[in-house]
Amino acid sequence: MNDATVTAKAVPVAMPTRNGANGPHRKLAISVLRYNPQERASVPRMQTYRLEEADGMTLFIALNEIREKQDASLQFDFVCRAGICGSCAMVINGRPTLACRTLTKNLPAEITLAPLPFFELIGDLSVNTGKWMRGMSERLEGWLHMKDADPDLRRIEEKMDPELADKIYELDRCIECGCCVAACGTARMRKDFVGAVGLNRVARFRLDPRDARTDADYYDVIGDDDGVFGCMSLLACHDVCPKELPLATQIAFMRRKMVTMGFK
Amino acid sequence: MKILYTDVLVVGGGLAGLRVGIGAKRRGHDVIILSLVPPKRSHSAAAQGGMQASLANVIKGQGDTEDVHFEDTVRGSDWGADQQVVRMFVNTAPKAVRELAAWGVPWSRVRKGDRDVIINGQKVTITERDEAHGLVAQRDFGGTKKWRTCYVSDGTGHAMLQTMSDQAIGSAIPVRERVEAIALIHDGARCYGAVVRDLITGELVAYVAKATAIASGGAGRLYRVTTNAVICEGIGSALALETGAAALGNMEAVQFHPTAIFPAGILVTEGCRGDGGLLKDADGHRFMPDYEPEKKELASRDVVSRRMEEHILKGKGAKNRFGEHLWLDITLLGEKHIKHNLREVFEICHYFLGVDPVKDFIPVRPAQHYTMGGVRTNHTGESPTLKGLFAAGEAACWDMHGFNRLGGNSVAETVVAGMIVGEYIADFCDKSENDVDIPTRVVHDFLRREQLKLDTLIDGRGTEDASAIKAQMQDLMTARVGIFRRGEDLQAAVDGLQQLLVRSRNIGLKCKARGANPELVTAYRVQKMLKVALTIAYGALTRTESRGAHFRQDYPRRNDAEWLKRTLATWKSEGDALPSLAYEALDVSRMELPPGWRGYGAKDYVDHPDTPKRAAEVEALRQKMADASRFAVQEALMPYASLLPKRYRGRNERIDEPLAAETLETAS
Repeated sequence: MNDATVTAKAVPVAMPTRNGANGPHRKLAISVLRYNPQERASVPRMQTYRLEEADGMTLFIALNEIREKQDASLQFDFVCRAGICGSCAMVINGRPTLACRTLTKNLPAEITLAPLPFFELIGDLSVNTGKWMRGMSERLEGWLHMKDADPDLRRIEEKMDPELADKIYELDRCIECGCCVAACGTARMRKDFVGAVGLNRVARFRLDPRDARTDADYYDVIGDDDGVFGCMSLLACHDVCPKELPLATQIAFMRRKMVTMGFK
Repeated sequence: MKILYTDVLVVGGGLAGLRVGIGAKRRGHDVIILSLVPPKRSHSAAAQGGMQASLANVIKGQGDTEDVHFEDTVRGSDWGADQQVVRMFVNTAPKAVRELAAWGVPWSRVRKGDRDVIINGQKVTITERDEAHGLVAQRDFGGTKKWRTCYVSDGTGHAMLQTMSDQAIGSAIPVRERVEAIALIHDGARCYGAVVRDLITGELVAYVAKATAIASGGAGRLYRVTTNAVICEGIGSALALETGAAALGNMEAVQFHPTAIFPAGILVTEGCRGDGGLLKDADGHRFMPDYEPEKKELASRDVVSRRMEEHILKGKGAKNRFGEHLWLDITLLGEKHIKHNLREVFEICHYFLGVDPVKDFIPVRPAQHYTMGGVRTNHTGESPTLKGLFAAGEAACWDMHGFNRLGGNSVAETVVAGMIVGEYIADFCDKSENDVDIPTRVVHDFLRREQLKLDTLIDGRGTEDASAIKAQMQDLMTARVGIFRRGEDLQAAVDGLQQLLVRSRNIGLKCKARGANPELVTAYRVQKMLKVALTIAYGALTRTESRGAHFRQDYPRRNDAEWLKRTLATWKSEGDALPSLAYEALDVSRMELPPGWRGYGAKDYVDHPDTPKRAAEVEALRQKMADASRFAVQEALMPYASLLPKRYRGRNERIDEPLAAETLETAS
């Protein structure tokens, strides 16, 4: 055995077994769309990995097991592995969602994984959502524009209606995972479409009385076909959002406001 | 080979790194932030519960001040903290919340009038003041005398990080995503930046900077069972350690959070207990009052985690197919509260456990959570032994947490440290004597050295498997350097880690790609992680006392006489098999709060010989100044205001503590 001579023993700490518990388990076949644009010889192809399911197995656990035991070159992104950070969105059996909180027991034994479409492919299941989100944010000026850039921090903070604070947070819950854009019909046709994520950002700042901007300012950034008028109301964004944000309502609301603005 | 120049290089794009960058940029310096992942995906986002700041807006926070926050934090630290740094922190925390409020964080706000809350298992009606309506609200958290934890529902870290990252974009600060610093460029006395690897292309670039700030977070992934994100591998700390000049402070101080879901280790927030949730055993018995009658479920995390494991050892754990655990009961909080204020908890239980916390108990067991130790710095955030190297947040040890951090003090620290260290970095860069004067030849040497290491891993004849070594390291740390520690276990851990370190020098790769290559990343990281793991295990072995989260079963008492000192670990030479440990004593004679009982946990400790004298001094001064303001008393006991950057000095306004106009004019 090539282990360190000293190994773990029973000290009282939480130590789940690495492979879960006993009992008969399904054999999973996980097919992954593989392609590494960094390598000239690489061509897109499906590759199938077989492994035994374990209790409580998520795709986070399954993919890491594949990488550790079967294929060290497999690329994917996980960070928080708790459904909080938005890193691991991918297309799972045809539907964009977060892989980390997808339990294999909720899927058939044959699982097909593909990277999110639309975004720049880094390799295999890894896509560059971060680069796109930063670009979108720069275009939409997706930060709060302060009325007073240098408030006196010693003073009591400005008051805000508690209900309004909750409403802003509701829209602020977006984790920029990219599922809404990957599922979007308009995004397929318009490469500069800001997506539900972008429109939701604008709706969030518009709702916030601390932001100095007016509807005229928002019209400047989303009042065209790459913005709120590009949306065809197919609403796949709303269906796939892992955080269940009210995207359909927000887009419809923003469109009404921007139409009014356009006629002014 | 490419060399890029900037004024400030920040390693890490979480709350601390972003805030450092924004501060330095605002002062006119060029800033580049490096991040393994898009910054909004940083582990800061996982902080659910909240941020401590003594705003005293809610009725249960009335009477809260910097003084109370200070005492809670020092007691929480088991007197390991630097009390002046704690003072700097507690005075800046309200300003940090207010700054973030101005920048866009949708803090949950106070609603005036009656509301029902759960306190100590009972429904109680409390009445919020009219004048507090619409101000930032606070909730209860462990180890605090007042309700002090400001929050955004249960997505506090997420909302803070969104706002901070947005403001960094608004400030046009470039964030290089998917890159990794793999070595600091230095000459043993001064740091000049870092060698940085592009995780997509594999290209190495040298970033040369006047000031380099490590803000890379904690090292939870040294353990197998941790709440930390997979990127929290302690690499920033390792970079500092590998200079041989910078030291890591108090690495043996590792926090275990009481309520990680079992077995996945995903965190459910302390807010569950703060809002009234209870811990129960296999019999459904609420056991914490048996052990901790004063604070019950809301003693500090180190104490609650130990009591939980103690209770499991008594055979009171519930069992499932993965092992033993306890229950977190939040059913008494009601569906509305759970689905509104604890929605992340609801989602985590739903997706990962198939449990509905409105009806069912949540299986929990303590898991590694926080790294109190880190790159040792002074109060400005700069390493005292490597000029130009700064650190902030969880990666740093400046040192405000000592041997145990209070819940709600971590995101608070990230932002406060970012504010303070950002100013001091700007001061540093303002001075012409700190201009960079490193020959490009030296930079090229560093680039070549790092490229050679990578080439050796890819093309060498090594036979060891990187992920197997990593797994064995994680097993050793979790099994032997955990909540309860014993000399023999720690010695075995040190021995095992040393063997793994030797083996890690002989890693061979199956995947030979020079660009994106997860196996290569695991390989060079595990070589660094093992060194950091050794600073923890060896530091824990050597510290023959119990303090805060460091609990030795064979030395169960806190021993101020011998151990009221901070561990400093350095790695003198690449070929070394162990870190070198040194100690710096904490000066009791200058403490505002001399060592004593924490108010929870063990009452038994060995006094420092200077403690009675200092305690008498403090008591006499308090009596003599009985009529003076709390500010005057504090100033007389332990002055600290001059340590703060001018921009962040001054008192904090509260409903019950209005600021006089002359105070506003004269301060700062």
